[in-house]
Amino acid sequence: MFILPVEEVRENHRLLVGGKGFALALLWARDLNVPKAVCLTVEAYRTFLVQTGLDKKILMEIHRKSLDNARWEEMWDTALRIRNLFLRAKFPKRLEHALREGIDDFFHETPVAVRSSALGEDSAQVSFAGIHESYVNITGIENILKYVKLVWASLWSDAAILYRKELGLDLERSVMAVVIQEFVPGDCSGVFFGKNPMDGAQSVVEAVYGLNQGLVDGTVEPDRWILRRTDGKVLSHASALRTKVIRPTQKGVSLVKIDPKKSQVAPLSQKRVQAVFILGQKAEESFGRPQDVEWTFRNMTLYTLQSRPITTDREDQPKDEKSWYLSLRRSLTNLHELRIRIEKHSIPRMIRESETMAKQDLLGLSDKKLAGEIQRRKKIFAYWVDVYWKEFIPFAHGFRLFGQVYNDKIHPEDPYEFVELLRPKSMFSLDRNRMLQDMAALIKLDKKLAQKMRNGLLEDVKHPEFEKLLKKFMGEYANLQIFYELDSAPLERLSVLLLELANTSLSEHKKKPCTARKLMSPEQFLSKFNKEERDYARGLLDLGKFSYRLRDDDNIYLGNIERQMNRAILEGRKRLKPRFPSRYLKFSDKQILNSLRDIKYNPVVERSKRKQTQRPTWQARQLKGQPAGKGLATGFAHVISEDADLFEFKKGEILVCDAVDPNMTFVVPLAGGIVERRGGMLIHGAIIAREYGIPCVTGIADATELIKTGDSVTVDGFLGLVIIEHRKK
Amino acid sequence: MSQELKKLVQRTLESQHLGVLATLDKKNPYENLVAFVSTKDLKNIIFSTAVYTRKYANLRAFPHVSFLVDTRSNSEKDFHECVAVTALGKAREVRKEEQEKILHLYLKKHPYLEDFVKSPSCRLLNIQVKKYIIVSEFQKVLEFSV
Repeated sequence: MFILPVEEVRENHRLLVGGKGFALALLWARDLNVPKAVCLTVEAYRTFLVQTGLDKKILMEIHRKSLDNARWEEMWDTALRIRNLFLRAKFPKRLEHALREGIDDFFHETPVAVRSSALGEDSAQVSFAGIHESYVNITGIENILKYVKLVWASLWSDAAILYRKELGLDLERSVMAVVIQEFVPGDCSGVFFGKNPMDGAQSVVEAVYGLNQGLVDGTVEPDRWILRRTDGKVLSHASALRTKVIRPTQKGVSLVKIDPKKSQVAPLSQKRVQAVFILGQKAEESFGRPQDVEWTFRNMTLYTLQSRPITTDREDQPKDEKSWYLSLRRSLTNLHELRIRIEKHSIPRMIRESETMAKQDLLGLSDKKLAGEIQRRKKIFAYWVDVYWKEFIPFAHGFRLFGQVYNDKIHPEDPYEFVELLRPKSMFSLDRNRMLQDMAALIKLDKKLAQKMRNGLLEDVKHPEFEKLLKKFMGEYANLQIFYELDSAPLERLSVLLLELANTSLSEHKKKPCTARKLMSPEQFLSKFNKEERDYARGLLDLGKFSYRLRDDDNIYLGNIERQMNRAILEGRKRLKPRFPSRYLKFSDKQILNSLRDIKYNPVVERSKRKQTQRPTWQARQLKGQPAGKGLATGFAHVISEDADLFEFKKGEILVCDAVDPNMTFVVPLAGGIVERRGGMLIHGAIIAREYGIPCVTGIADATELIKTGDSVTVDGFLGLVIIEHRKK
Repeated sequence: MSQELKKLVQRTLESQHLGVLATLDKKNPYENLVAFVSTKDLKNIIFSTAVYTRKYANLRAFPHVSFLVDTRSNSEKDFHECVAVTALGKAREVRKEEQEKILHLYLKKHPYLEDFVKSPSCRLLNIQVKKYIIVSEFQKVLEFSV
């Protein structure tokens, strides 16, 4: 049985139609005004999966790497690939025929909402609110079938996978039913909470003009009424700053400015607040516990859209994680707002902050004042790390959202094809590399210059063009932390790097990414949208580009602030050298602070445990990660354990590291291939590897331990394999 | 008898997703589990491998292989019910002109391996089978040449 109208749903169908479908059927049976609806059972989902082979493909995807070791970026990738599998899979004929007939008979050309109804979704113990997808104002059987696939795919979104894993639910047994419900273009809509989580004696009504999508995803601020739970008496009403409203468009919905007259009036009259309260009480009676009800008013009629129990707190329920997963999924409006905040406020402040710190004369500070300054800088850095997690990482959803729209429209074989449209003309780390390569090119052409550099005369090479470039480089990138380790001479380190770069042929510096496909231009992409949608697509492309570039640049802004913090710590450490000549290098930051403040303080350095020197009896032969940069490369591994290792990196070696930090991108043009422990297709290292056309495999746990410098290594960037062919004796 | 035996081999090969491929690494045998499909006439067994693997290097140097497929269930019943089929033959890379047909056959049995097998660093190989050795009922051993 693939389709079941809600009026035919009985108790024994609970496991066929999922939580939402079953709740709607119950409300229908109690004569609450529920829009006409049918349930697509889990049988339809299972049949689709089995007959298209998607069941096995999904298992291959989610077992690609243990979820316990996967980072959220890798989960993004898994979800993206699975979503694309759904988009590209065709409905099996028998199923398609049954769905077409069933749905078409019921709705014809009436707009509908296509909602998720997973098993176990919205039970009294756990709430999946906001985790799975729902789409509204969908017309015509072709569109409905397309959105059914997307709702099914949302069972495998990163948020859904992670949340089910946190709850200990069996991923492999997860199934999804779908509710197709007549769309009601409400005048005002909202939610009703039978029991206020802050005060059990109260109920809450929240309402907005138009549709309630904006309220649910936080884009539109609602008016809020607090009611007495026993009789519905209004205890308070908090007005919202009513500026925006979600309205249906020809296809889907859009956020528009509110009519100025309406902005002055609450979306619900007292009478209507009471009507919602009575509706909520009926829902509570039906289910025997307080409900969270979504409703809408169309003209004078009140409709119940869905009802779910208010989740009781469970000790094992991961509350913080769920809100974090959800924070990674932002609406376009929300992302545009976030962009403005990042572009206009956060980045300029970060730049100002690091510049101000850079100008400060630390040498002139007393020891105590220096301790205060170190502490202040640590706080500044901690603040920006927090902003990084709260703003910059969620903003990375911008290019992912673009990727989703691209894949929905184009259905490409390669789900990462969209990245080609986002590649920026300029990126900090690539600009920096270009300057280094220009200097290296001069060294390559001028043997005398090269000799002077080998002799350590970088500051006195008597080569005006080179000196001009060097001055510019040091001016723009002097804050590269890596050149400034304790007791090192930055120019010497730069010389080593430039000489090695000069050893690389110029044509190798900018390899073309290897791809046989004919790539789509932005214009071609935009032409796939009709006129009404084109502005949306253009805005999304622009946002995606900014978001993509920021994934690289944000680390550099944060790195600059970190460097200024470390500069102060370094100054403090240097001052302690005369007092503790044999130990000062091992002090923690806290010990440095205490030693600067108190002349009598004598820090105790804990002895590090001796590393076991026993030779392991096993070794890795082939490791599996993610294919993040296409191509094949064989070379000697160079494992980066500390910054100094970077300056010994030789042309053609395989760069093996924890993560290609944007502050160390300058060695990438030298690398034959890249192996990273940190996983993901869209992380910095993968982005840069693709820019240079270098084979890259990411997400290999323990890469830096299992591979040793000097091992002969093959990077298979097509399959995501690293083959260690020969180990150094 | 020969038709029955042929059918038993067909059933055994069709029932299993994985088989044990034995290659020769200089003087030492080397074995791998590989996903395979066989042709109806039993003349060919197809499998795939990444190019930077030991088995691929071994096959390039010495193409003769032994390939085992069995119906074990890891219980005592295996001594009475298990059938083990060993194919002996020579493996070679699938030629360009036959690629499409063979890929289709392979992916029909293993659709989830599409990304793997279509990767530029992966190769489809064909064991041209010369002989099958069939062991059943613990010690009953029969052979037939293809």
